[in-house]
Amino acid sequence: MAGFLRTEAGKGLALSAPASLYVGLLVAAPLGILVAYSFWTQTYVEIDKTPSWANYLEAATDPLVRHLMLRSILIAAAVTAATVALAYPIAYFIAFRTHRKTLWLLLITIPFWSSYLLRVFSWKLILGFNGVMNSALISLGMIDEPLTFLLYNEFAVVLTLAHAWAPFAILPIYVSLQKIDRSLLEAATDLGCSKLERFVRVTLPLTVPGIIAASLIIFIPTVGDYVTPSLVGGSQGKMVANLIQVQFGPANNWPLGATLSLVAMASVGFVAVLFVILATALGRRIR
Amino acid sequence: MNTPTSEPLAKALTPAIRKPRRRSLRFPWLLVYAIAYLVFLYLPVLLLPLFSFNDGTIVAFPMKGFTLKWYAQLGAQDTLLQAMVNSLIVGSVTALAATSLGLFAARAYVRYRFKGRELSEGLVMLPLVIPGIIVASSMLVLFIALGLKPSLTTVILGHVFVALPFAVSIMKSAFDDFDQSLEEAAFDLGESVIGTFRRVTLPIVAPGIVASLLVTFTVSFDEFVLAFFLSGNQPTLPVYIWSQIRFPAKLPNTLALGSLLLLASVVLLLIAEYFRRRSNKSA
Repeated sequence: MAGFLRTEAGKGLALSAPASLYVGLLVAAPLGILVAYSFWTQTYVEIDKTPSWANYLEAATDPLVRHLMLRSILIAAAVTAATVALAYPIAYFIAFRTHRKTLWLLLITIPFWSSYLLRVFSWKLILGFNGVMNSALISLGMIDEPLTFLLYNEFAVVLTLAHAWAPFAILPIYVSLQKIDRSLLEAATDLGCSKLERFVRVTLPLTVPGIIAASLIIFIPTVGDYVTPSLVGGSQGKMVANLIQVQFGPANNWPLGATLSLVAMASVGFVAVLFVILATALGRRIR
Repeated sequence: MNTPTSEPLAKALTPAIRKPRRRSLRFPWLLVYAIAYLVFLYLPVLLLPLFSFNDGTIVAFPMKGFTLKWYAQLGAQDTLLQAMVNSLIVGSVTALAATSLGLFAARAYVRYRFKGRELSEGLVMLPLVIPGIIVASSMLVLFIALGLKPSLTTVILGHVFVALPFAVSIMKSAFDDFDQSLEEAAFDLGESVIGTFRRVTLPIVAPGIVASLLVTFTVSFDEFVLAFFLSGNQPTLPVYIWSQIRFPAKLPNTLALGSLLLLASVVLLLIAEYFRRRSNKSA
């Protein structure tokens, strides 16, 4: 044992073990218990530990669950698409059109060093019926009555999250743009590509890995987001995390909450894998 | 080239002639877009401080007048001060624990080649991509099963989990440029393993450690969902803010508190950034 610890592999394993064990245990153990819970049932204050599929049946048949699950995935997909589309030109700008890259990258990340909860809260104040946006537009005489489509709907959720995730999209796309060999772009121009053609056939396909990375890092946590739908979503914008919280909180039905967590995780994983396969295939296709 | 000049001459002239003309002709759409995007990014962040000085309880234009009373009232709220203390405790312990774990792990990843290195590296990054609500609910279930009541301890355990990826990646970049031969020299000159680590390795990666401490502290200080599930009746600052958001009368105080937190986070992380850069340069 002491001999092994002196070898390269031994030292590496010993030094990294605490961190990987910590994460490993805190992923595996709760997951195991969550699975166990999902087969139990809640009867008033007691938990009936005879295994049953009741929770899964409920999750599969309850229209509310299906509706919220589907909506969470659709909203997350919309957020991902909006964030990546809005972020791409910025990443392009920083990679190709400015010499002050560090300054721009810093400028873009600074707002995200503040509390997420407070930023979402701030959007609620901006978009509200008597909020900043409406009162500003009325003061300027651009509208007569407050706009009502701003807050408490899917639009508000998508806008807020597209803001919240901005740097997570900009940075990976920027890295993949930065990695492009500039001589490839020159070659495309020399061979007669127009600027648009060059972008679609050279630049864009080469940034597919960055786009995939950005999309996954946004999509996965967004499906399970709790704060944004609670604050700006209203009843139209509620998502599956709100339902899960209700089960662990007010409804006090932990087994159902556990089941919903697992179902959510499985759906996210499924959609993510599907997306990676599709995006990779598409990236090859354009080329 | 369909210019009438001879070919070598054209080649020599084109870059000089073409470039400035093209630039002056093209409207900088991307620059305009980039600036508009920055406005979008900063709007919600600057709004809180702006209205925290507003002498009115409604957050809307036109603004009423300048006041500092919302800030002055904060000092008198006992539950707020208790939540602040809770957050400071959780943040400090989390920062120390995550940074120590990250320090050793990063050292292993950069310095040694071993079986399972990639697996382990992937594993410690996992907390970044699991939805917060799932981490929170599953940890609550685990801690209850282990007989741990929700408290600051359970929040710390959860926060170390989410802060670890940040610590590992910062420490990895600190070790990346670290010159191996310095350690070997120390060995050759008769230092022990621990002595080398303490007197050679540690001072060189110290800026990275400071950066990691500050970043992990801020991650914990700002984290809400885990704390919401795991704090029981010992709220951290974000959980306290969450409880205040519902009361319109408390709004100006919440704005003042939020502005102070924004300031604290940004200052801490700018300091962290300074140290991170220093750690990259020094090696």
